[in-house]
Amino acid sequence: MVAQGAHDDAHGHDAHAIHAHAAPTGFIRKYIFSLDHKVIGLQYYFLALTAVFVGMFLSLLMRIHMIWPTASLPFLGEIKPETYLSLLTMHGTIMVFFVLTTAPQGGFGNYFLPIQIGAPDMAFPVLNMLSFWTTFLAFMVILAAFFVTGGAPLHGWTGYAPLSALPSAGPGEQLGADLWITSIAIFCVASLMGALNFITTVLDLRAKGMTMMRMPLTVWSWFITAILGLLAFGVLLSAGILLLLDRNLGTSFYVPLVVVNGQIMGHKGGSPLLWQHLFWFFGHPEVYIAILPGMGVASQLLSTFSRKPIFGYKAMVYAIMGIGFLGFMVWGHHMFMSGMSPYSAFAFSIMTMAIGVPSAIKTFNWLGTIRGGRVRFQTPMLYAIGFISLFVSGGLSGPFLAQPVLDIPLHDTAFVVAHFHLIMGVAAIFGMFAGTYYWFPKMFGRMMNETWGRIHFFITLAGTYAIFMPMHYLGMAAQPRRYSQFTELAYLQHLIPLNKFITYAAILTISAQFIFVINLFWSMFKGPKASDNPWESTTLEWSTATPPPHDNFGGKTPVVYHGPYEYSVPGAPKDFTMQTDPATVKSH
Amino acid sequence: MATFSSSVTITDPVIKDPKTGRGSGGTRPPVPGGGGDDGGGDDSSNHGERLRRTRLGLIVGLVASTMLFVSFTSVYIMRRGLPTLDDRTGGYVHDWLQVSLPTTLLLINTFLLLLSSLTVELARRQITRQAALAPVRSIPGVSIGKETNFPWLGATVALGLAFLGGQWMAWRELGNRGFYLATSPSSSMIYVLTGAHAIHLAGGLLVLLYAGATALRHKAVEDRRIVVDVTAWYWHFMALVWLYIFALLEFVR
Repeated sequence: MVAQGAHDDAHGHDAHAIHAHAAPTGFIRKYIFSLDHKVIGLQYYFLALTAVFVGMFLSLLMRIHMIWPTASLPFLGEIKPETYLSLLTMHGTIMVFFVLTTAPQGGFGNYFLPIQIGAPDMAFPVLNMLSFWTTFLAFMVILAAFFVTGGAPLHGWTGYAPLSALPSAGPGEQLGADLWITSIAIFCVASLMGALNFITTVLDLRAKGMTMMRMPLTVWSWFITAILGLLAFGVLLSAGILLLLDRNLGTSFYVPLVVVNGQIMGHKGGSPLLWQHLFWFFGHPEVYIAILPGMGVASQLLSTFSRKPIFGYKAMVYAIMGIGFLGFMVWGHHMFMSGMSPYSAFAFSIMTMAIGVPSAIKTFNWLGTIRGGRVRFQTPMLYAIGFISLFVSGGLSGPFLAQPVLDIPLHDTAFVVAHFHLIMGVAAIFGMFAGTYYWFPKMFGRMMNETWGRIHFFITLAGTYAIFMPMHYLGMAAQPRRYSQFTELAYLQHLIPLNKFITYAAILTISAQFIFVINLFWSMFKGPKASDNPWESTTLEWSTATPPPHDNFGGKTPVVYHGPYEYSVPGAPKDFTMQTDPATVKSH
Repeated sequence: MATFSSSVTITDPVIKDPKTGRGSGGTRPPVPGGGGDDGGGDDSSNHGERLRRTRLGLIVGLVASTMLFVSFTSVYIMRRGLPTLDDRTGGYVHDWLQVSLPTTLLLINTFLLLLSSLTVELARRQITRQAALAPVRSIPGVSIGKETNFPWLGATVALGLAFLGGQWMAWRELGNRGFYLATSPSSSMIYVLTGAHAIHLAGGLLVLLYAGATALRHKAVEDRRIVVDVTAWYWHFMALVWLYIFALLEFVR
């Protein structure tokens, strides 16, 4: 393999016991097929950044179509109803898989998990590289769906059968749908490899003194997220394989006896609900895969920028576990409309509302962390606070939808769109922004512009609320989701002004994201040089050089003496005690 | 550990030892070096670490594999109990046909696979012994008795290929009896379950062949030992999965 038997004497005292892969020198080994978790983390990050702009562009087209359904757009012409369905399918799929799953876990997790536990790399670097390139392949395959005959699929990101299982069901359901399923299956394999690596790394590669209960909450959230991925993606993979068989080889897992355009299809006896069960058994944990890393970042930042220990560290750890555990028992709440037994619905409803308990523990602990702190309102902190705001706003509509009696009228309305965009979409994105502004100095050795960071924050916060808050009202006024055209419907006429407002807000918010991108790339080359620990933070990544050397700690092996959030410890020389400080203060 | 500022008190002027943890990584010095899968050097203690890490990775990976088969099983059970609308009568019927399995052939295949599990275990022990003796053997002038060098790895590959060939014959036989992939949900599930298992086994075979190929390239025996050890455990697990699938197909029809 690439660096077999390589000895790097820079590792220090005992070169014979050390077999780090040596720092590669060629461009391809260094930046393309790199084994370095930091490079792989950045690759994931920039893949997600590309994907998020594709996804945002699609949502912009959708918003424009919703209020001007017959408008002729430059290059694209008029958006036809089936094109609208393709747009929403691809928007949802790209955002959920290639942004919300890719950046927080694959990006930040890859870059900072090994450093934060004091490891020189992930447990299996080659597997890590394969995970990224498999994810990349999945992204290419799904983009290809735009360009094949019939275009992209129509079945939504949830891919409900029988629409997704019948190539004759619509123009995008031909090759485009096959590519979509194939892409998801490839993505599953990539995520399983990644999850395997994360779990092994956390269990086996922690530095001396880094006990489980001294791990930063970011590491805990990546660890639990990896476990969720390990258990969930295999199920989606199996569901996708069966769907491909139904589509191409005539089996009847999901397709009952159906008639399309007067023609009896060859299938018999399959159950569309089977797909829904399998999909949502994956789909609900997926929501937590998207949001848990954001929770970890928020915890880390609130403690750092409040100069206080995190309130209730153990409770936070157990709450993450509780959310992950309950996440596997609530998939039925996506299916209240499927005619399930009221007793099942009741059980799913109770379990769903039970998630409110660990979520509330986390929220109150975050507030407890800020309370009485000497808060530094820098951009990363603003985003962490914004994360909590969106998590609460989006979360409060959860108990509404968790009750079958309320879900039945609200199902498939804009209310649901508002709910999940706030809590899993925008909140997770805020977690990524927080992570970007916070870790940028460590990753690139320079600071991002603070003023433009704040401007970006306030426009994005106000903009996302302006987009998604009114959608709750649209939903309660029975505006359905996924309808390509409703401007002609009399009962929705009075909602058109509100819809226009949302579209304007979306255009503004999307425009503001260019501030972020310009700030990101400009600061990479022109930002002021960052010190090794600009935020006066305590975790291990801030104890090494900026940017970290190839083996993370420059040949030294860190030893951990402290918990992750020892800020303002009485008697300590500074208001922060690094985890690696062999300080004179013993903590309980 | 500090969870809350008010609980922090000053007791000792100096910490004598860093806390060690219950986690496996916490009690040990940090593991230097690259990961378990990008090759390594020649130091035996490092190999112990890498072997442990690779085994841990395997266990985690097998959880994912298990979820795949659990998921297929739940489809099997659910689809089996599901009534179907009959387009001729308009009533509900069960379309889960009883498939007559080529049981004798499958029993032979089972025997071959269990035998291969035995040979791969012997291969694992053989290479473990070789790896343990390698440092001694390298001392000039020291000779240790004759090693039995039966090619257990090759035997495993042969038996594995024989099993896959046997499964192929079983599929042909199912086809001869009129049960194709799309004939009935029961036959669909047979092909899906056995196919998924066969793909897993083929992956294991590729790794064994890789281990054999690296032996020809004179790769360090400790490195090959890790590959063979982990693949052997994987192979045992896949034998168990096959027993499970066979029992499911045989007893839950």
